[in-house]
Amino acid sequence: MNWALAAPELVLAVSALGILLNGVLRTRDSTILCTVLAVAVCVITAVLVIDTPTATAFGGLFVSDAFSRYSKLLILAGTVLCVVLSLDYNSRQRISRFEFPVLMLLSAVGMMVMSSANNLMTLYMGLELQSLAVYVLAAFARDDIRSAEAGLKYFVLSALASGLLLYGISLAYGFSGSMDFSRIAQAVMDPAGVSAGLTVGIAFIIAGLAFKLSAVPFHMWTPDVYEGAPTSVTAFMSTAPKVAPFVVLLRVMFGPFGHVTAQWQPIIVLISIASMLLGSFAAIAQTNIKRLMAYSSIGHMGYALVGLAAGTQTGVRGVLVYLLTYVVMSAGSFSCIVAMRRRGLAVDKIADLSGLARNDLTLATLLAIFMFSMAGVPPLAGFFGKLLVFQAAVDAGMWTLAIIGVLTSVVSCFYYLRVIKVMFFDASVAPFDVRSRSLSVVALATGAFTLIFFVYPAPFLGAANQAARALFG
Amino acid sequence: MILAVAVFAPLLGSVACGVLGRAIGDRPAQAITILCMLLASVCGVSAWYEHIWGGVGTGVSQIADWIDAGSFRLNWALRYDSLSVSMVAMVTCVATLIHVYSVGYMAHEKSTTSRFFAYLSFFTFAMLMLVTADNLLQLFFGWEGVGLASYLLIGYWYDRPSANRAAIKAMVVNRVGDLSFAVGIALIFFSFGSVNFETIFASVSQHVNDTYRLFGGEIRSYEVIGFLLFIGAMGKSAQILLHTWLPDAMEGPTPVSALIHAATMVTAGVFLLSRMSPLMEFAPHARDFVTFIGATTCLFAATVACVQNDIKRVIAYSTCSQLGYMFMAAGVGAYQASMFHLLTHAFFKALLFLCAGSVIHALSDEQDMRRMGGIWRAVPVTYVTMWLGSLALGGIPYFAGYWSKDAVLEATFAAASPVGTYGFVCGTVAAFLTAFYSWRLLLMTFHGTPRADAHVMAHVHESPVVMLAPLVILATGAVFSGWLLHASLIGDHNDTYWQGAIFVKQGNHVLQQVERTPLLIGLLPTVTGVLGIALAYWFYMFNPALPQRLAARYARTYRFLLNKWYFDELYDFLFVRPAVWLARELWQVGDVQVIDGVPNGLASMAEGGSVQVVRIQTGSIAVYAFTMLIGVVVIVSLFLLVR
Repeated sequence: MNWALAAPELVLAVSALGILLNGVLRTRDSTILCTVLAVAVCVITAVLVIDTPTATAFGGLFVSDAFSRYSKLLILAGTVLCVVLSLDYNSRQRISRFEFPVLMLLSAVGMMVMSSANNLMTLYMGLELQSLAVYVLAAFARDDIRSAEAGLKYFVLSALASGLLLYGISLAYGFSGSMDFSRIAQAVMDPAGVSAGLTVGIAFIIAGLAFKLSAVPFHMWTPDVYEGAPTSVTAFMSTAPKVAPFVVLLRVMFGPFGHVTAQWQPIIVLISIASMLLGSFAAIAQTNIKRLMAYSSIGHMGYALVGLAAGTQTGVRGVLVYLLTYVVMSAGSFSCIVAMRRRGLAVDKIADLSGLARNDLTLATLLAIFMFSMAGVPPLAGFFGKLLVFQAAVDAGMWTLAIIGVLTSVVSCFYYLRVIKVMFFDASVAPFDVRSRSLSVVALATGAFTLIFFVYPAPFLGAANQAARALFG
Repeated sequence: MILAVAVFAPLLGSVACGVLGRAIGDRPAQAITILCMLLASVCGVSAWYEHIWGGVGTGVSQIADWIDAGSFRLNWALRYDSLSVSMVAMVTCVATLIHVYSVGYMAHEKSTTSRFFAYLSFFTFAMLMLVTADNLLQLFFGWEGVGLASYLLIGYWYDRPSANRAAIKAMVVNRVGDLSFAVGIALIFFSFGSVNFETIFASVSQHVNDTYRLFGGEIRSYEVIGFLLFIGAMGKSAQILLHTWLPDAMEGPTPVSALIHAATMVTAGVFLLSRMSPLMEFAPHARDFVTFIGATTCLFAATVACVQNDIKRVIAYSTCSQLGYMFMAAGVGAYQASMFHLLTHAFFKALLFLCAGSVIHALSDEQDMRRMGGIWRAVPVTYVTMWLGSLALGGIPYFAGYWSKDAVLEATFAAASPVGTYGFVCGTVAAFLTAFYSWRLLLMTFHGTPRADAHVMAHVHESPVVMLAPLVILATGAVFSGWLLHASLIGDHNDTYWQGAIFVKQGNHVLQQVERTPLLIGLLPTVTGVLGIALAYWFYMFNPALPQRLAARYARTYRFLLNKWYFDELYDFLFVRPAVWLARELWQVGDVQVIDGVPNGLASMAEGGSVQVVRIQTGSIAVYAFTMLIGVVVIVSLFLLVR
């Protein structure tokens, strides 16, 4: 038993419980303290993650390698950004409670377990831990009927997806005789000998994970939940909880099912194309910026799936870079959206941004940077993610996929640029309330990263490359 | 060296005037250009004098590298021989006088005129570049520069739609010729591997028997090249078929017409044939074509000039006709006669245009001869100088035109070829018509009862000295230039003048035979000229009702001539309308419907699709769950199918 390998998860879990205990025991409101502690714990965990060696533990249930380390750091970074971002929003919405950062930490623990999963059971356990925390978060504004509805909707549909996933796991177990990734890989060594039952199992596992990614056709919950949940939770949902299922999907597809690439590739291609198309076209009609971001994230998952569909190491590297830029852009965009508040009330219509550039040029410029980056305009960070996944698709001979990707990103430019147009060229309305410092910090940091990523992308590309290599061993 | 000064002084003037014109004001700007032009003409004339009589030999002065691509090397260089110095001397002198004249003519302009003077100087520079070029590409540079300047100057009054139309027409019609010229240059490069005159002329004899396979037959390459070069010359020199721009070019201010018609631009084509004489001499069929086109233009333009009512238009067609003479001479191999006529013509044609400008000036911008008449007492200097110009143009003995036109006609006769004879007949008839329309113009403009209204007549006045001085100087040239120059240029010892700048093949004795033409042939142009003058007097002085009666009697012929043989209408039908139709189709169908329509249609489809897609987003959990299950079914079936 190599407990040390799971040290980051253990530390994070125990600290989360400790913070919870602290919050319960203290009589005064301790939200700020808990939040600060949560950030500190995340930082400590990140240090521990960097320090973990490459090995397996708990009888092969748990693995630590460059891939899991990259994923965990990304998850922690997303979590920290969202913890900071939610502080001000929650207090102004009067939903500020010390449980909020604790739930985020627990969710992060689940996600880290997912990315280290080397066994279908570990995977499921991590996924459920992550999801349970997010259900509660989505319904966190208890008195707001929309928030409650969002939480319930997410819970019910997610339960269905979990059912699908579990069914897939049971089929895989039944037909391969094991839940261990390496054993399953041995069982499907010969693609010709793969039984129909296992194939159906793979399909169900993909369906279950695609739900978490909000990839078409399992995306239906996304716009409603994004819109209904408190914006701080929406921001969280669109960052780290997108990364974890994706890295799990990568690990499952290239680990146990790495020998049957030809069989799952068409499915991923289909899901990817459908997501890109829906993400770009459906967003055109949106008037609510949170719904817009929901469709935008559906589209982004479609682009990232292009890298998976390529089925190569460069494709995986592309996905990992894409996820990095996506998390940063997403956190940045939401830090701007969270700042949309007039006379104490949060607003979320695109029209509310009208003429923002004249009232708050900094905020408008930052949001414009994120929108440009999401649209994939060089030299911003978002461009490189797209470039790498499309390049991987082209290298793998998947021209159709790459061309559809490019065309849909042209279409998606429309609604990203419309936001910019509304901010810079439309008549200005009443200014927003003064931004808190914590939001500005998040927005400026992510904006700076997005803007200057192209100057020195080597460390990130190198890390992604190493992670991808670990997956292909 | 002084040649370089002569060439680049106008450029300096043009740039200085164009760039600083607004800053330093009109007067200083005009002064700068005129000073530069004066410098240029002094240098031009002394270069000419030194070369012809001072014993300075033919040469080339390099200025700068231009193109150095692989084996293709080209320099900016000035060629210094009899042809170029003659042209430089003529162009700089005439252009200088026109600059001076413009000061008076443009005095009534409301806006600043520095732009006008900058263009004029640039025009001169381009023409000088053309005539001093040492290679065909540099010549083409000048050629296009002249075209550009003519476009700018014809359209100088850009607020007039007719001026803009005329400018565009000049540009487009010239483009047809330019294309052919460019192809000709390319063929020369393919044949000789160079576009340098020295290289080309040195190896002409090596490629005499080269042929191109064209239209299913073998055609000698020199014929093709000669033909293409001549098409280019036709465009610039307004020969029939490509002449339509020249009469319209008078939409520009009158000094511009004088510059275009006398010194620059239209003479470029004639100069090109003389310059390329070493090659043209070996292209007899192309030269026959030159003679034929020249003769036809000569007669055609003269007939049209007889019935035009616009004073400048008459002179414009007269230019067209005189250019026909020059091409005729070049076509039969008498390049010297051609150049001689070019030089004398420059004097009297510039004179006539400037006189016409003076008349227009006197009559408050009236150009229609039907509303002139009876003003000769009021404008004595203009009247006298215009007489002298007309005498020169009409070929009355001892005036400039007499010497050169006689030489041309005798050369065509001496050529003793069918096409030469055709040229002789056309030329003689045209000489008659020339005298007729010249005196028709004189009589209608200056004599008879005044037909302008009283208000205009009250204002009739002689032009200021700044306009009259150039008239007097040009009149002197129109009177004496033929007499002074004919012995040198076309006499027995013309070799010492041309010093090999014009190449004449062995066996081409046209010019020698001119001396031996029968006396009667030599007298014929004079006789027909006098008859033309007499007819004009009878029509417009003694029996003024007759022209109207004739016009009514032969209405169809009259309208045919008045409408310039319907060339404009024909071209409008053949080229302009199809082009406009095509452009309109490309715009309204190609651009608006297809190029705009496709993205607009896609955009509205995307918008519509977006609304449809969002419609299933009902908010109902059951629908969502159902969609997920359908998704799973699709994926599982696909998985099983692919397997």
